[in-house]
Amino acid sequence: MNKNGEIAIEAREMDVYYAHFRAVKGINIKFPTRKITALIGPSGCGKSTVLRSFNRMNDLVLVARVQGEVLYRGNNIYGKDVDPVEIRRRIGMVFQKPNPFAKSIYENVAWGARINGYKGNMDELVESSLRQAALWDEVKDKLSQSGYSLSGGQQQRLCIARTIAVKPEIILMDEPTSALDPVATLRIEELIQELKQNYTIIIVTHNMQQAARASDYTAFFNMDEDRAGYLVEYNATNMLFTNPQNEMTEQYITGRFG
Amino acid sequence: MAVQQLETGYPEAEALQRQISQRHRRGLRWRWLFQLSTIVGIVALLALLYNILNQSFGLVAVQNTVDPRVLLEGAKTAVLPGADTAETLADLPKETLVAILAEHISTGLGRRLERDQRFFADQFAFEDPALFAEVCAGAEPPAGCTLEPRDQNNVYELLLERVVAPDVVQSWSLVDSVFRRGAIEEQLRTDYPTAVLEFRSWITADFIVSPQSSTPEFAGVRTAILGSLWVVVITIVFSFPVGVGAAIYLEEYATDNRLNRLIQTNISNLAGVPSIIYGMLGLAIFVRAMETFTSGAALGVITDDTTANGRTILSAGLTLGLLILPLIIINAQEAIRAVPRSLRQAGFALGATQWQTIWHHVLPSAMPGILTGTILAISRAIGETAPLVVVGASTFITLDPSGPFSKFTTLPIQIYQWTARPQAEFRNIAAAAIVVLLILLLSLNATAVVMRNRYATKTA
Repeated sequence: MNKNGEIAIEAREMDVYYAHFRAVKGINIKFPTRKITALIGPSGCGKSTVLRSFNRMNDLVLVARVQGEVLYRGNNIYGKDVDPVEIRRRIGMVFQKPNPFAKSIYENVAWGARINGYKGNMDELVESSLRQAALWDEVKDKLSQSGYSLSGGQQQRLCIARTIAVKPEIILMDEPTSALDPVATLRIEELIQELKQNYTIIIVTHNMQQAARASDYTAFFNMDEDRAGYLVEYNATNMLFTNPQNEMTEQYITGRFG
Repeated sequence: MAVQQLETGYPEAEALQRQISQRHRRGLRWRWLFQLSTIVGIVALLALLYNILNQSFGLVAVQNTVDPRVLLEGAKTAVLPGADTAETLADLPKETLVAILAEHISTGLGRRLERDQRFFADQFAFEDPALFAEVCAGAEPPAGCTLEPRDQNNVYELLLERVVAPDVVQSWSLVDSVFRRGAIEEQLRTDYPTAVLEFRSWITADFIVSPQSSTPEFAGVRTAILGSLWVVVITIVFSFPVGVGAAIYLEEYATDNRLNRLIQTNISNLAGVPSIIYGMLGLAIFVRAMETFTSGAALGVITDDTTANGRTILSAGLTLGLLILPLIIINAQEAIRAVPRSLRQAGFALGATQWQTIWHHVLPSAMPGILTGTILAISRAIGETAPLVVVGASTFITLDPSGPFSKFTTLPIQIYQWTARPQAEFRNIAAAAIVVLLILLLSLNATAVVMRNRYATKTA
């Protein structure tokens, strides 16, 4: 068991480049275990890039390059003999637009477990994952239907269920509610609060109210004149929103720019 | 109070109406133009169908070399058994038919027919018993030594083919047959007084199941259909996995470097290379250089290696496979590229390897598109003629292809051959063969479309 205040993942002097363009520079940040941390900032400041660096999703962009260290369980995930496949099983990700697989609801959840060699009872895993994602009651009678038959909010919860099914420690969420209506958004936010008991959650959001209501810690990013993103301020959410230390943070959260 | 006219820089009032209707008119002209292009296409297609169907059906003047009634009368005069009650030749018993046959054909031909299959189990009609026994004891006994004797129907058909020998002396197109019937009958009376006018469909069940023949009335497309099917199967087996594999590599694995861009450009250009060039490539590589493999000699499949050399179904299939490979690669690449990135990311984010993501998500999503491209490519392969002429399609074979190492002919080759013959009747059967080719093409396509749709509904 992790004690409170333990660190789930940490970036040290992290720079991310896209070819010759430095998208993010000098990031130093620690994410506490079983807390929700929100990453906020104006468009193009590199929040998503930072998030995607934590489970090596940037590897999929051919020109992307990460410098510095990202420590997970005391090891640099960009180390030489680290396989990104293993990292991504332990650090899951939920995307901006719901992207269920073109398979049944059941298979959407079971697939990740199956390819990762899950040996337990698959039906139980699917049910418990869907329950944790607060979707079970809505889909229990139509598990064989296509994932696409669900509404947008349900699809996003299905994506969360499928992420939970491979039992990660950290869940990265890249603006998970930006494609959803307010009601569906609220349900996801409630769900995230539930998930906090078992998972470390890092969430990128454009919506400052969301960060204020739903997160324990908030990190504010901005970009410099070269459009390279950097970390401006990082604090407990209530502190950051009520008593920002940096002038830019204050301007941003009061809506004067961004 | 008059409304104040603001100077907006845009046309107002009447000028606005005029300008809008002018814009609509311009759009309408384009619409007509596009409609016209569609109509041109449809007219061309209808002209093609008209042309083919016009040739495939129509009146023919059939003249028998020997009138069957004369034969029957002869039998009655000679008081052959069963002749007195028979109304047509078909009613005569086998012995009588054999007797008539013996009267009208040479002994040499009779012996040959008897060696193919005997007329009676207990006696010989043409052959000398001692000679027959000697031949049967020889190294290569003919089929007649072991086969059951011919039945009455068989002998009757032999009589029709060899003695009555109905010959189409003239044929008319469908349109002429319908609208100029009177003139045709008039012409028949003056030119061929003994001939019979009958309406004939050149596409018959016999036409489809008979092998090639030098007389158009007996020629069929059996060998060509089987050849086409065999070649297409080889083509698919070769080009589908290779093409889709190459597409997966280029889309999913290959990095964007100079070499891969060069390969990509070359594949796109290969799709435009004239098919005869592929024929020459196939001749050089598959027929000549790889002869031991394509002739089946390396596998010990053929005993007589002078029969086909490398000019086999395998060579033809591989050549057509090469021909459509660029098409399949390009189409499959398009289909794979159209799979949203988010689907790949979803796979990776769950800890899947690249191959697991491709196999479980990218390929199933791309499969309908891949199959569409493959259908188009295969349609092209079925219709190809030029490369097969170069590779060495047989012009006249009557033997069914028995496997990938057989000699072959295909429907387009057969059509090409027939259209080049001087007799008018060959043009009729060429038209009939075109209809068969179109039906074959449509049914293969329909199968593929059904497969694709099943896939599309399964994955959606």
